[in-house]
Amino acid sequence: MTRFILTRIASAIPTLILVSIAVFGLLRFIPGDPAALMLGDLAKPGQVEAMRIQMGLDKPVVAQYLIWVGNVLTGDFGRSIGTGQEVLPLILNAFSVSASIVLVGVFIAALIAVPAGMLAAWRQNSPGDVGVIMVSTILLSIPSFWLGLMLLLVFGLNLGWLPVIGYVPFSQGFWPALVYIILPVTTLVLSEAGPIARMARASTIEVARLEYITHARAKGLSEPAIMWRHAFKNAFAPTLTLIGFVLGSLLGGIAVIETVFTLPGLGRLLVDAIYARDYPVVQGTMLFVAAIYVVVNLFVDLLYPFLDPRVAA
Amino acid sequence: MIATALEQSRLKFNAVFGITVTTLLIATAVIGPWLVGYDPLKLDLPARLAGPSARHLLGADEFGRDILSRLVNGARTSAWIAFATVLFALITGTALGVAAGFLRGWTDRILMMINDAFLAFPGLLLALGIMAVIGASRDGIVLALGLAYMPIVVRVVRAAVLSIREREYVEASRVMGNSEFITMARHVLPNCLAPIIVLATTMFGWVILSESALSFLGLGVPPPAPSWGSMLSTARPYISQAPHLIVLPGLCISITLLGVNMLGDAVRDWLDPKL
Amino acid sequence: MMDGTAFARNPMLSVHDLTITIGPNGKRIVDTLTFDLASGDMMALVGESGSGKTMAARAVLGLLPQPLVTAPESRILFKGDDLTRIEPKAMRKVRGADIGMVFQEPMVSLNPAVTIGEQMAEGLRLHHKLGKAEIRDRSLAMLERIRIKEPTKCLAAYPHEFSGGMRQRIMLASVMLLKPRLLIADEPTTALDTLVQRDVLDLMVELTQANGTAVLLISHDLGMVSHYIPNVVVMSEGKAIESGSSSDVLRAPKHEYTRRLLDALPQRSAGGSRGGDCGKPVVEVKDVVIDYPGRNRLFSKTEAKRAVHGVDLTVRRGETLALVGASGSGKTTLGRAIVGLVKPTSGEIAFPGAEAHRPMDQRARRREMQIVFQDPYSSLDPRQRIVDIITEPLKLDKSMNGAERERRVEQVFAEVGLSPDFRRRFPHQLSGGQRQRVAIARAIVGRPAFVVADEPVSALDMTVQKQILLLIRELQARHGFACLFVSHDLGAVEQVADRIAVMQDGRIVEIGERDDVIDRPQHPYTRQLLEAAMLIDRRFAENDPPKQATAL
Repeated sequence: MTRFILTRIASAIPTLILVSIAVFGLLRFIPGDPAALMLGDLAKPGQVEAMRIQMGLDKPVVAQYLIWVGNVLTGDFGRSIGTGQEVLPLILNAFSVSASIVLVGVFIAALIAVPAGMLAAWRQNSPGDVGVIMVSTILLSIPSFWLGLMLLLVFGLNLGWLPVIGYVPFSQGFWPALVYIILPVTTLVLSEAGPIARMARASTIEVARLEYITHARAKGLSEPAIMWRHAFKNAFAPTLTLIGFVLGSLLGGIAVIETVFTLPGLGRLLVDAIYARDYPVVQGTMLFVAAIYVVVNLFVDLLYPFLDPRVAA
Repeated sequence: MIATALEQSRLKFNAVFGITVTTLLIATAVIGPWLVGYDPLKLDLPARLAGPSARHLLGADEFGRDILSRLVNGARTSAWIAFATVLFALITGTALGVAAGFLRGWTDRILMMINDAFLAFPGLLLALGIMAVIGASRDGIVLALGLAYMPIVVRVVRAAVLSIREREYVEASRVMGNSEFITMARHVLPNCLAPIIVLATTMFGWVILSESALSFLGLGVPPPAPSWGSMLSTARPYISQAPHLIVLPGLCISITLLGVNMLGDAVRDWLDPKL
Repeated sequence: MMDGTAFARNPMLSVHDLTITIGPNGKRIVDTLTFDLASGDMMALVGESGSGKTMAARAVLGLLPQPLVTAPESRILFKGDDLTRIEPKAMRKVRGADIGMVFQEPMVSLNPAVTIGEQMAEGLRLHHKLGKAEIRDRSLAMLERIRIKEPTKCLAAYPHEFSGGMRQRIMLASVMLLKPRLLIADEPTTALDTLVQRDVLDLMVELTQANGTAVLLISHDLGMVSHYIPNVVVMSEGKAIESGSSSDVLRAPKHEYTRRLLDALPQRSAGGSRGGDCGKPVVEVKDVVIDYPGRNRLFSKTEAKRAVHGVDLTVRRGETLALVGASGSGKTTLGRAIVGLVKPTSGEIAFPGAEAHRPMDQRARRREMQIVFQDPYSSLDPRQRIVDIITEPLKLDKSMNGAERERRVEQVFAEVGLSPDFRRRFPHQLSGGQRQRVAIARAIVGRPAFVVADEPVSALDMTVQKQILLLIRELQARHGFACLFVSHDLGAVEQVADRIAVMQDGRIVEIGERDDVIDRPQHPYTRQLLEAAMLIDRRFAENDPPKQATAL
């Protein structure tokens, strides 16, 4: 078990290194001189030279990479070109916005979709099952940003029940904050419930036809007991992996939903930085998001042996 | 397992609906603009934000451009990008996946290490990063989304090659005296086709969704070219005045995706009767 | 209709006109099956795959998979209740408590995510309403009884930590823990090694007899049944075609199908061993060692495993050498090494006969050696037509033209007994036996000097096994190829081998003429294998009426 944990953690390190190289390398492909970009169109040649040296661009690429990684490891993600603010606090502030919505949204989505998918599978081909399939396929097919816009149109504008745009952090009171995140969270729940329900259904069907389920029935266990004690753990394992992927990728900025509801989240930060060609922010955000993704998936992997003890063997 | 009547009718419905929608999308993309015969870029300022009328069957947008014509041309954009992207990801991904699964050893290890690093970027992030570098353009999206989806193809193809090459009929081919190359071409690759086809169908839907999301963020098809995602994006400020500007493009995306997803389910049921 | 009451004293389980269909009014899987089973008795339902025996047994507990249903006229009386008509809740009280069931595949019939202790406790908690300590005590006592080492540790362990045989013992223990009146055992040992089979069956008999539990055994193996079970019902295509005491049925079968089943039981090939007059060596294996490389990863290291420890073998022209051993003995690895699928770590594999035959390059040499695999479902490319599969090896022989190839393929179809109608079909349209014929045709079409047959019949039904074994022997007589017959099944080996080599843990412990090895085994391991191989009780084969059919 300890060996399994250590192996998994160790295997995440090369991935993180490669990710950092990819992020660093990607930004190196940008046409033009980063120093000149940084100073804008009005810079004099001398200034550009000075900037190049200040940014370390006169050094070999490998050295530049190592310096950058060294800085990142000490928490120095550089400064924004546009505002001159430090990048890391920008990222962390935006992350807290994205994370609060995503964690609540995915949690509720899983709470609805996993039982729905499993029950559908248990009554495979019943009208209820077909209903779950239809609803989840439809939800899967509606783009989240359009769904968000429609919710906004109906509940925000036409009915006027909820605020249309903006964000209030939870530090300024629970209720005001809640009111502002209801629509984004609902959007997230609806758009993520589809794939989770489908996965839960597929993996339950796979488990339900295994012999140990028949064995449990032959022992005289009731259907709910068989489902909970024998099917759930085994069927939930692949679903958990999917939830990990969803969680990881959403934490990295639900850019489209944040755009719809003008939330100052990570995704919006990245997209705005791309518009503004604010490369230190782009670089920092991409690295941060990828790292979160790797860590969330690692965490899911570490949970896996509790569901399926064979993996840690 | 013998399918019940309900399941069979559902599968049939999936296939019929999926094929109909996909055919409609392709037909619209190919001949739609010619049928509508209205320039999607032509400005008609007096008709700004107008609702449906004889002149503009589905109304006009914030510059008075004809919505129907823009939707039809948007279908062309989406379908073209989706086809090109899927093709790009499939060709590059299959080549790399086969190379990794066939050569194994260090080639495999290095390819997979790089591939896993690509896969460590969630969702749209990699495409966003690539768009940041190359700038928004139609071909740029194909490249960015193609590169973002390629690692998934590599994984699927490699896994299929590795599993098929251990089958006994492949060993029988080796014992027969067939060269590794012939064995690969005659026995391994043809049997890898099913998962590749299933993936390609599924990917088609992902790409349409991703392209519209990128365009919605303003990092996709650059204006004024019509695309469903960018139509939603530019119409957003007018949501209360002209909701049809929001409703129509979204409906187009959703129905297209529903059709493609159902087609994907049907293809999976057909090729992989296990699930 | 047979008379089911003939051997039932006071029936505890009475199955009457049991009919199972695919959906209401669909195809009949089981057709008006009738039998009685008295309290404490043992009975076997015997038949080949597709005979409906498993579904009949499952119907007793109402465990039919969708969309199978029992027809309304069926009756399954157990302790006065008709199990086909009782409420689901009442049925759940019968399951486990009154009727226990053991399944075929121990690898998939225990839940991988739940500890052994919990899986054992579940039934006790449900049916006997016992406290925690009491449950634990009883589970431990039972594990001790079935001779599990460290029972306390076993309770906390997960199924994957045990071997197949161990899991099947645990499974039996957890079912018998509830002291059911009837145990239904569905091919409980089919997935196990010969040596382990005997253990598990002995344990089953021991536990059920001690408790007075009746046994309904589902099996395809008449040999095994003849050793353990006094009464049989023979099933074919859903119908009970013959029933009675095992000795009567085996000695004087009334039905044509039973006779065929009995014929299919292992018998020595006529004419005895051909060992003496065999020709030159075709394959010479000298001091071959094969290691599976260990993996060396961060924090985990798997040691290299030696599968074959310096083996010497010679196979001569026209003879069949059988390589016998339990799974993991290295026999398959050795066979695969000879045809070039596995590289030996050291030692030499030479082909003196083949070299004289044709000038050798690597590929041509390969053509002289062919292999027939165990599982005809995975050894044929699902996307090739039968004719293409069989023609493929000939394509490499550049000395043949199209017409010659065509003629040879036609000839091979006839040789292996395949109708030319199969030419355009795909493998999935063929039965297991037909597929194995295709695999054999593919192996011999190029007239190889040497064929490895790797457990070629163990995935097939008994009657089909017999046909395939006869086919191999007939083809060998015609073409004179040398054959290495790899098998765990002494019954099959007895039918085809000229010589037998017994392998244990990567070494050959005994090798000799077939009759010598089987009748006068020298090595203790060979003797053990022979004892465990439940060849049909000789008393039946020799028409010597036994006093009692059970081996106990």
